[in-house]
Amino acid sequence: MSVKIVTAPFDPQDELQQYQKQLRPGCFGAMTSFVGTLRDFNNDSTVLSMQLEHYPGMTEKQLDAIAKMAKTQWQLEATLLVHRVGKIRIGEPIVLTVAWATHRDAAFAGCRYLIDKLKTDAPFWKKEQLNNGTRWVSNNT
Amino acid sequence: MTVTVKFFARLREDMNIENMSLDIPVPTDARSVWAAATGRKMPEYDIFCAINQAHAHLDHMVNDGDEVAFFPQITGG
Repeated sequence: MSVKIVTAPFDPQDELQQYQKQLRPGCFGAMTSFVGTLRDFNNDSTVLSMQLEHYPGMTEKQLDAIAKMAKTQWQLEATLLVHRVGKIRIGEPIVLTVAWATHRDAAFAGCRYLIDKLKTDAPFWKKEQLNNGTRWVSNNT
Repeated sequence: MTVTVKFFARLREDMNIENMSLDIPVPTDARSVWAAATGRKMPEYDIFCAINQAHAHLDHMVNDGDEVAFFPQITGG
């Protein structure tokens, strides 16, 4: 189980592979990952970049709790959560969630839980840079 | 008692407060901490609260030394 808050661009595939190397070969039979990236539009506006703020300390606690709950609920072998903060450019990854499990059902469900719960419980806030100023994102769709 | 109060994101900008140490009489809840810290009504958008870095309701009681945070809707991921 690993939780990382990163301030610089990250490569989701590299993060996934590096973590998976630490797992015992054969201890899982399925892996599901989700990557969220910054798109260049939102609510009919062109987005130029995004500032991502968080609550240091509480963020890590919430992500740890989410990972533990997922692991227990679906008997996951391992989980990985990586979330970017700071200034994010178009196309860059924002978040990576990965679940390793014995079978695919648990891997899919666990990964889905990780990202869905992160979006409601982990204290992150997005502020978009638009052509005509900045705008706080007000919902977590 | 003394509590630490923090504001995040849009709320930090709208209230123009990032963090502060606040002396406040006991007993008190998070809503009263808001009133003492800002001296203002809550904005029309939804406000959420955490006490000691755990999600809490605004009517949750606050103790000496607690860290009370106020923030708008979470929007990560």
